[in-house]
Amino acid sequence: MAALALLLVGLVPAGAVWPQPQLVRESLGGGRCRLSPDRFRFGYARSSAVGPGCAVLDQAFLRYWRLLRDAGPRAPEDTRPWKPLCTELLVSVATPHCDGFPDMDSVESYKLSTSEDLSLLSSESVWGALRGLETFSQLVWRDEDGTFYLNKTDIVDFPRFAHRGLLLDTSRHYLPVRAILETLDVMAYNKFNVFHWHIVDDPSFPYESAAFPELSQKGAYNPVTHVYTLNDVKLVIEYARLRGIRVISEFDTPGHTLSWGPGAPGLLTPCYAGSIPSGAHGPVNPILNTTYQFMTELFREISTVFPDFYLHLGGDEVDFSCWRSNPEIQAFMQRMGFGQDYAKLESFYIQRLLDIISSYGKGYVVWQEVFDNGVKVKPDTIIHVWRENAGPYQQEVARVTEAGYRALLSAPWYLNRISYGQDWQTAYQVEPLEFEGSPEQKELVIGGEACMWGEYVDVTNLTPRLWPRAGAIAERLWSNKTVRGLQDAYIRLADFRCTLLRRGIQAQPLFTGYCDSEYSGF
Amino acid sequence: MEPARLFLGFLCASAALAASSLHQRPPQPEPLLLQEEEEPELGESPSGSLWPLPRSLRILPSQLRLAPARFQLVHGPGSTAGPSCALLQDAFRRYYEHIFGYSKWQNRGQRRLPAGTELLQLQVIIGSKDSECDNYPNITSDEAYQLSVTEPVAVLKAEKVWGALRGLETFSQLVYEDDYGSFLINESEITDYPRFAHRGILLDTSRHFLPLKSILTNLDAMAFNKFNVLHWHIVDDHSFPYQSVTFPELSGKGSYTYDHIYTPTDVRLVIDYARLRGIRVIPEFDSPGHTQSWGKGKKDLLTPCFNGEHQSGSYGPVNPILNTTYNFMTDLFKEISGVFPDAYIHLGGDEVDFTCWKSNPDVTEFMKQQGFGIDYAKLESYYIQKILDIVSSANKGYIVWQEVFDKGAKIKSDTIVEVWIGNLYTAELSRVTRAGFTAILAAPWYLDYISYGQDWKKYYSVEPLNFIGCEKQKKLVIGGEACLWGEFVDATNLTPRLWPRASAVGERLWSSENVTNIRDAYNRLVKHRCRMLRRGIAAEPLFVGYCDHEARGL
Repeated sequence: MAALALLLVGLVPAGAVWPQPQLVRESLGGGRCRLSPDRFRFGYARSSAVGPGCAVLDQAFLRYWRLLRDAGPRAPEDTRPWKPLCTELLVSVATPHCDGFPDMDSVESYKLSTSEDLSLLSSESVWGALRGLETFSQLVWRDEDGTFYLNKTDIVDFPRFAHRGLLLDTSRHYLPVRAILETLDVMAYNKFNVFHWHIVDDPSFPYESAAFPELSQKGAYNPVTHVYTLNDVKLVIEYARLRGIRVISEFDTPGHTLSWGPGAPGLLTPCYAGSIPSGAHGPVNPILNTTYQFMTELFREISTVFPDFYLHLGGDEVDFSCWRSNPEIQAFMQRMGFGQDYAKLESFYIQRLLDIISSYGKGYVVWQEVFDNGVKVKPDTIIHVWRENAGPYQQEVARVTEAGYRALLSAPWYLNRISYGQDWQTAYQVEPLEFEGSPEQKELVIGGEACMWGEYVDVTNLTPRLWPRAGAIAERLWSNKTVRGLQDAYIRLADFRCTLLRRGIQAQPLFTGYCDSEYSGF
Repeated sequence: MEPARLFLGFLCASAALAASSLHQRPPQPEPLLLQEEEEPELGESPSGSLWPLPRSLRILPSQLRLAPARFQLVHGPGSTAGPSCALLQDAFRRYYEHIFGYSKWQNRGQRRLPAGTELLQLQVIIGSKDSECDNYPNITSDEAYQLSVTEPVAVLKAEKVWGALRGLETFSQLVYEDDYGSFLINESEITDYPRFAHRGILLDTSRHFLPLKSILTNLDAMAFNKFNVLHWHIVDDHSFPYQSVTFPELSGKGSYTYDHIYTPTDVRLVIDYARLRGIRVIPEFDSPGHTQSWGKGKKDLLTPCFNGEHQSGSYGPVNPILNTTYNFMTDLFKEISGVFPDAYIHLGGDEVDFTCWKSNPDVTEFMKQQGFGIDYAKLESYYIQKILDIVSSANKGYIVWQEVFDKGAKIKSDTIVEVWIGNLYTAELSRVTRAGFTAILAAPWYLDYISYGQDWKKYYSVEPLNFIGCEKQKKLVIGGEACLWGEFVDATNLTPRLWPRASAVGERLWSSENVTNIRDAYNRLVKHRCRMLRRGIAAEPLFVGYCDHEARGL
């Protein structure tokens, strides 16, 4: 802390970008142009395969134009005509797809070149153009007189990992839709591309299901105010799409389902105290056909509502004590020849569930226990590594990839675990590929997710707790492996945090200091 | 740091313990468990949502209704305060809002309620000849009140307006809504007064500037929790946002920017806003350390550090050997004494680093002249004593951080010593009070040290008088402060980081010593937090769950 205390935010170079692009070449000759936000225009290059009418880019142009315009008080009229003026950024996209959803294979690379003659952003897909627009918005800087400038710069950029996610938990505390939308905005500023929506869990069931409306009627904190309607969910998905962000929903089973019980009688296992039911319930009851009929119906709906190819099926932390107490389950275990191995019962359930999901043509992500417990999963399953205290997570990543599965890393990135000081540094210093394994294994690590579990988080503290801490993970997942310098990262991140404040985001400070425009959104 | 002087107990027999502790350091992280926090069961407290818990409380089962269109907060018969008491008039309007203001109750209340079931008024009766309506609250302000809720009028009796303010808060906490949106209150009898006279919150506006609005919002929340002191750590190394009339260059050059300044009008506003809520504002102008930002606007105030023979270009604490230093301080503190009406000023005095003084040949020479040898603590004391004299001559009392006492500076007998060093603070409390000084406890309540989980329980479980000492010593502990230092805090995260965690400290300092049941506290605090949300305070959750009205804003 003491060392960084001496850093001054003022030292930040003009046009610092977060996360750091792969390749930046700034003209050393100091070539630069002035820029008038009011007169600046975004447009499509003649060579572009997409043009006006492409909602993703049309709306992005408007968003980024507004960010420019709102970047501060208007610059004074400049009377020095000899300074070149940049007037537009032209965007050229190679593939003519505009209306789809981003997916795991989306190409997010882009090239950006700015100069007084012509500023050009070219990309393979609209998703890459979105990333480039964000970078462009961060290149614009202002001098002390308030004049906007753009340095002559060439950037070639692409993500290091394809899956750069952020988990929000809307069950332990309900998050209003506007809080989710704002988070999606900031995700885009950080080039995150997956919103992992841990939408239901033990404490509440806010997802309003068309097939089973009683789930939220009886399982939400409040069936009117603390729910996500179908419209809400669609809004979130479209809002995310327009920012190049996938929405992966998680309906975690068979554990973490207490809130499902009131709205789905018979779904959960009745626990026994001796020979009589205790009144409490455990995980989903895996021995009943009705359970699988229910899941078939529910996931049919979910598969349609959420367009992403992947669903997150959870599968973590299944507590066996209730299953053990239940005589019917004991009898079933005997019939199936499972002995006393309840992990086998869990696998039995998960495998049937996976089959249901497969039949809808969906892929799945599961928490690591599903793999650890030896469930037979499809080869394209993604294993989400989260456990911190079951041995070093690097070993788990090694095991998962050795078995040929793709892995997603979250273990070192549980941002809900707060501590005193600059803990973003710990998250930043993680190297996802630092585990023992072959180059093929390393290829199987598709990315990671920052997790903000909701035990102690709701709309009152979500944003400052998340930002800019999650930014550390965004850079780790986007930028080159060699971008690791804490000092340099501190300077850029502190500056980026001020950018977030200017954009109206309640991002907390890294350390002592100030921003020109402080948070004022009371 | 040298051991504190040990007084052999001739007044009170008790064991004298240990040397004073070392510098502040963050607590060790607690062992982490994943997603496995035990789920506390949320239940009903017999005391409803009252926070902090009153001294004596009797809630009867009989319910009365309040009709928003008819209910009135009024001055009761025989009260020495009347409509000319603006402080109470403002409070009536405020609490009417807090009680009814957030519902869509328009057009109700036309129908008459059955006789004998409606509460029509709260009558506020100030008993003392001097209601203190136009005064500033002070350390001896009487905050006691009695509240009796019976049909058809409730009566709130207090000697002074300060007690009435506390009682209004309590009354507002007794009102609740039923499922049909009716406002209800149970017949109740409450007698209440604070356990400690000094119940403070420290805000640090130097490490990060806090917009005025943040400070005002925080004063609201303080009133909801019956805090009565804002300890305004207004300047420090990092920036000097206080705009001085005498020395405008201090903020002119020492603030972060021109936009990060408290003008005299701003300061006035904070003091008045606080007064209307029964809250004192004690400014802290910490010296001789923690003054880097002063140096920018005041040439020669800080000690030039040397690198061998030459000045290194950096500066240390205030230069204690120059007359100009004391002339400056005299003028500055004269101004401060006028601007801040409270009888006390916090003079800091913590964490003075001697390395720069040691490097400076002029200071070394001065040490020799004064016969201090190489004991720089003596130089520090020399400085502090001169400052204390300056402030005394401005007719102000002072509060200092514990180091001033630890290092043996000669201080007036009515000096208040604030104990802040984390470990062994109980021994320090023993020492300070054994020496006959008044003490304020902050050490266990550094709320800027965040950790995962429900750390409010840790703050709640502190017993301030749990140190070795006789009755007389215990009486010298006049209260405590929850401190939110600003290294990692600004307007973006101040409110959720402070509330409801500081509420735990609020109850510890107000309620009886025996109010220690964590479960009951949890049940009340969850509701209290939801109430703060409704009143516009973005207080963070204690644990899993929800409020009927989630935070607005965003």
